[in-house]
Amino acid sequence: MRRLWMVLVLAAAILAPAVLYPVLLMKVLCFAIFASAFNLLLGYTGLLSFGHAAFFGGAAYVAGYTIRELAWSPLAGVAAGTAVAGILGWIFGRLAIRRQGIYFAMITLALAQLLYFVCLELPQTGGEDGLQGVPRGTLAGLDLSNDLTLYYVILTISALVFVLIHRTIHSPFGQVLKAIRENEARAVSLGYDVDRYKLLAFVLSASLSGLAGALKVLVFKFATLTDVHWHMSGDVVLMTILGGIGTVSGPMVGASLIVTLEDQLADKVGALVTVIMGAIFVVCVLLFRRGIVGEASAFWQRMLGNRNSPGI
Amino acid sequence: MKTKKTVVPFALRSSVAALALTLGLAIAMPSQAQISDGVVRIGVLTDMSGAYSDLAGPGAVIAAHMAVEDFIARQKPAFKIDIVSADHQDKGDIASNKAREWFDRGQVDVVTELVSSTTALAVMKVAKEKNKIALITGAGSSRITNTDCNDVSVHWVYDTYATGNGTGKAVVKQGGKTWYFLTADYAFGQSLERDTTAVIEANGGKVLGSVRHPFPSTDLSSYLLKAQASGAQVIGLANAGADTINSIKQASEFGITPKQTLAGLLMFITDINSLGLKATQGMYLTEAFYWDMNPETRAWSKRFYARHKKMPTMVQAGLYSAITHYLEAVKAVNSDDTQKVMAQMKKMPVNDFFARNGKIRNDGLMMHDMYLMQVKKPSESHYPWDYYNVRATIPAADAFQPLSQSRCPLVHK
Repeated sequence: MRRLWMVLVLAAAILAPAVLYPVLLMKVLCFAIFASAFNLLLGYTGLLSFGHAAFFGGAAYVAGYTIRELAWSPLAGVAAGTAVAGILGWIFGRLAIRRQGIYFAMITLALAQLLYFVCLELPQTGGEDGLQGVPRGTLAGLDLSNDLTLYYVILTISALVFVLIHRTIHSPFGQVLKAIRENEARAVSLGYDVDRYKLLAFVLSASLSGLAGALKVLVFKFATLTDVHWHMSGDVVLMTILGGIGTVSGPMVGASLIVTLEDQLADKVGALVTVIMGAIFVVCVLLFRRGIVGEASAFWQRMLGNRNSPGI
Repeated sequence: MKTKKTVVPFALRSSVAALALTLGLAIAMPSQAQISDGVVRIGVLTDMSGAYSDLAGPGAVIAAHMAVEDFIARQKPAFKIDIVSADHQDKGDIASNKAREWFDRGQVDVVTELVSSTTALAVMKVAKEKNKIALITGAGSSRITNTDCNDVSVHWVYDTYATGNGTGKAVVKQGGKTWYFLTADYAFGQSLERDTTAVIEANGGKVLGSVRHPFPSTDLSSYLLKAQASGAQVIGLANAGADTINSIKQASEFGITPKQTLAGLLMFITDINSLGLKATQGMYLTEAFYWDMNPETRAWSKRFYARHKKMPTMVQAGLYSAITHYLEAVKAVNSDDTQKVMAQMKKMPVNDFFARNGKIRNDGLMMHDMYLMQVKKPSESHYPWDYYNVRATIPAADAFQPLSQSRCPLVHK
């Protein structure tokens, strides 16, 4: 059943550019990676980071700078961005996981704001104008300036990332993370080094967020302060909650919905975009707290009368 | 890997189809009128809901519609004109995505407005890639016509060089010899301070010092008190948006303003409108347009007011001017081909209520006069939106950066 779903989604993703605009689809994929990476932390480890924009945007700047100024290949640039996000994640993680709950969130937010101001002041980032005009280059002979080619490259990378996340969640490591989420004290009493698990999850989440940010630079050819701004950290929380915390496909659904709305409503309702997004969030929190996918799978299980089947 | 295998055939197929289609079209109509699909489509990409929606936003969309309606009434063109608009929410990625989609799928020929420098710089690059035109009215970054310039973009209304230098030079000439800067501590504020300092000193003024405040900042009191203690005649505000608004409000609360004069290096009439004359009286600022300058500006602005219930900013008036000039060029060459229209736009002078003898330079800057304004005292203001005394006209050559100093690669070919 689940395999059928995955094949259907993949088939739809392969055929989608025939109907939908490829650049928008690529943006959706980037944010789907970002939200899934975030969900690894929030949904499966129970850590609410409010500083994920730092990894997303930091990697975007590193990728943009290495590709544009140092003339690295796009793949090397993306890898560099991902690596830097991982290192940042390690630093942030080391400091933040010493505290829990709201203090954890505040420390990540504070560190992310530090990075925001660094990006604002550094001459290499172009300040409020952004790092503009990053070339897409070529990958193994494929010309990435063609939107369709780049779309399939990014789709391949995304598919690999989703497999990786799926594997992580269902591995023994993922089981430990869930144990920490459910009851940290018990996980400690069982002999797990909780901080190390948390740090590892944090670094993994940060690296994948960085990958998303770096890929976005390839799509749009620029990195700007929007990527490191705390609004971005808020957006990813919104996407994850809307889609369904702790479900594998929830963040993807949430990201698709938010990105598509933001983009498609831009020329239809004008100033009402932000109001509509806010209303959706309120409705989601009030009426379906498990998010779209969470509610859908709960409904599905009620229909089957089956209580112990796993989520989608 | 499965996905990749489908890549090549699909991409190939679609590009072959596209090629066949273009060839087919080319053969079908060899020397017809060259308006692609018979419609000139103008995309207004602006901030409809955020920080800049007051100075551009819905008012800019109205100005665009007025430009098109007036053009149709005056010229009765054979081609149709269509306007689409979108809210870029001040985000570069949304702006760039929308522009791309418009060019690729919406048959849009020109994208305009583009307030906020991130969105303008991003969309200029998309326009260049797709060989379409970008007319920038809202953004002010001088990068648009310097390092990032290209041959399909025109910077129509103002840049920060003009507003900073214009104000600096003119205020010194008006007798404001000693200056103190309140500077937002990031690249924009610092370059504004540096450029304006150079022009003040070149004109015989003196800068007593400066203080840098973090960006963004809500409490500027300690910085303002330093500026007050400096005893300078003029306090230059090398910041923008909410920081400028806060500086002015707090300067008024501390009683700084009637004694020392504030000079806004980047401000709009809508800022004055929301702050009120009591807080802003006596301030100097440079604008490209003021509705109450002459009968022509008044006539147009009153029509605008009837639809928008606010007087136009220079950005909104400039947008009308830019679209009108573009449409005149399209009509003159009877084509919406980017290179032909750009060549014609650069050839024709811009003469309307917004600009007199305006000319588009090779770096994409539309050269026109700027005006030094001083905000009226509440007692001098006799009717709504009666805000400015026009103190000086700054000729285009003085207002903008000389072409010889331009860092635009197109200039020094």
